[in-house]
Amino acid sequence: MSRQPLLQVRGLKKHFPLERKLFGGAGKTVHAVDGVDFDVLEGETLGVVGESGCGKSTTARLLMHLIDPTIGTIVFDGAPVENTRLSLRNYRRRVQMVFQDSYSSLNPRLTIEASIAFGPEVHGTPKKEALARTHDLLERVGLEPARFAERYPHELSGGQRQRVNIARALALQPKVIILDEAVSALDKSVEAQVLNLLLDLKEEFGLTYVFISHDLNVVQFVSDRVMVMYLGKIAELGRSETVFGNARHPYSTALLSSMPSIDPDNRTQHVPLAGDPPNPIDPPAGCRFHTRCAHAETVCSLTEPPLAQVEPDHQAACHMGVAGSGHSRAPEARTAAAAE
Amino acid sequence: MADPYLRLDQLEVTFTGGRSPVRAVNGVDLTVDSGETVALIGESGSGKSVTLRAILRLNPEKKTRIGGKVTVGGRDVMGLGNKALAQFRGGEVAMIFQEPLLALDPVYTLGDQITEAIRRHEPISKADARKRALSLFERVRIPSPERRLDTYPHEMSGGMRQRAMIALALACNPKVLLADEPTTALDATVQIQILLLLRELQREFGLSIIFVTHDLGAAVEVADRIAVMYAGRIVEEGSARDIIHTPRHPYTIGLLKSRAHGAMTKGRRLDAIAGSPPDLADLPKGCAFAARCTLATDPCRQTQPELIQTETGTRARCLRTDQTLTRPGELVGA
Repeated sequence: MSRQPLLQVRGLKKHFPLERKLFGGAGKTVHAVDGVDFDVLEGETLGVVGESGCGKSTTARLLMHLIDPTIGTIVFDGAPVENTRLSLRNYRRRVQMVFQDSYSSLNPRLTIEASIAFGPEVHGTPKKEALARTHDLLERVGLEPARFAERYPHELSGGQRQRVNIARALALQPKVIILDEAVSALDKSVEAQVLNLLLDLKEEFGLTYVFISHDLNVVQFVSDRVMVMYLGKIAELGRSETVFGNARHPYSTALLSSMPSIDPDNRTQHVPLAGDPPNPIDPPAGCRFHTRCAHAETVCSLTEPPLAQVEPDHQAACHMGVAGSGHSRAPEARTAAAAE
Repeated sequence: MADPYLRLDQLEVTFTGGRSPVRAVNGVDLTVDSGETVALIGESGSGKSVTLRAILRLNPEKKTRIGGKVTVGGRDVMGLGNKALAQFRGGEVAMIFQEPLLALDPVYTLGDQITEAIRRHEPISKADARKRALSLFERVRIPSPERRLDTYPHEMSGGMRQRAMIALALACNPKVLLADEPTTALDATVQIQILLLLRELQREFGLSIIFVTHDLGAAVEVADRIAVMYAGRIVEEGSARDIIHTPRHPYTIGLLKSRAHGAMTKGRRLDAIAGSPPDLADLPKGCAFAARCTLATDPCRQTQPELIQTETGTRARCLRTDQTLTRPGELVGA
């Protein structure tokens, strides 16, 4: 069971400074990602969910090293990912990304075969070979090369363009693909086609996915493990069945019961969670969720709960799950029980 | 039986601005009673938003050809003069949009926008109009409403902006609310708040609502009836319950099956609908869904099916409903 994680993320933070005030007042900072630790295991799909401003897309860009972390480390396959050109070039060959907007992530002036072959050519594959691989990949993602290879992005539908982006991500034969809301902009019937394609490709090429989405249905469908984020922190992390079946963080519970009911005889009667997610510029002290949490007590506004093990393979950052945390619903501390 | 409050008869909308005419809406019949909520469901390009805009005559007149009839409260909307149309918009039928930041004016405070709307429709003092704006803000549950009236749209969060837009839409006591994907851009926990708010306002004000969405879940949360659109036509229509439990059109069935829902076994492939929607500038002669339908036969490709009443409650535009019976609730894992 103790596979070495393919990606190890430790103490990762990204703070974006806002513009300084005109007369030298201290600038404010957006705490986009504020100290996260997690692993991505080889061959798994790690789903990342959360609302806007929770830091899920910043996490993706940090993983891809598109932006430098403020602090923290990412270890890939045992070696730290560093900001030196050679190492990054190598790293990006192994880790690729698919973005939400299928149009703006393709060069409008390149045919799709040129876009897909571009990466391998930059990495030294002879042109002929790169083109052959491109046609092969187009076939794999369900776009007939004879019909599509020489088209430009604007000549394709959204679903077809996203297939091109997936083929391009595969062109360097990566181990990990980061999918940042990759199916969110697609119509439902097309979304299902692309999800099926992603499942097939994962099996065929032995890929590892980091799947970021705000759509809980989709995340539940694709993920082996799920990470719930709230305001730059991990609220809960565990196996998909456990998080969806037995959530331990009140935010996860609220998020899950916010999914619309599909049963007309049993519609949602009460709002699971009031208010909007707070601004990541001034995150609340203590537990970041305490301002919206139904179970919040004094301890929650004072101390920040650690991401603690609540059962094997299941972590939650909530005082109610930490023995002796001072929350009235917390399990009794071991030492107290032993003294009896 | 009383006439329905809102009625569309054979509504057709064709955009003539481009190289070849685009037939966005091709004969939509729809009725909405007073106090009823109808959801229009469809994918992009199905004509659901265009239908909604046609009710308010918001489509650009020079580049649009409109056929058929729109009747609201006994009046023919297509025949309204400029003055009557201005009164009709907002006073009789109001609309809320997906993106409040684009729908609200960025250079006026929300309070100003609402009082302006009220005073345009009614002879009422500024102070009284502001009082009404305040009570509307309270009604849509905006916290510290007095202060929020003086804020600009960009100073509010997405959920608050959507509430403010609902307040603005309700400012002149309309009878009908048209909602164009009002929760699509919102976070999950905020979306459900807005859906429940709409349901509550509908009951309280006795509004008729047409709710356009691509999300079956959101539709079920608010709608009494659901109409499914495909390529500019309503292909199936019925009570929310019948549409979810015993749909008969292969497209509706496909939509329900392709949902990546919790009831599905993880890792199993989804039953996706193959192919993509037809080109609206070049619609097939027969059923527009035939090219993607596994049940399609030659007659499907040759003739346009009529909407027929099925024995399970819905009305479906399909020749093959004898092949589409499922166990009630089977498709949603009930």
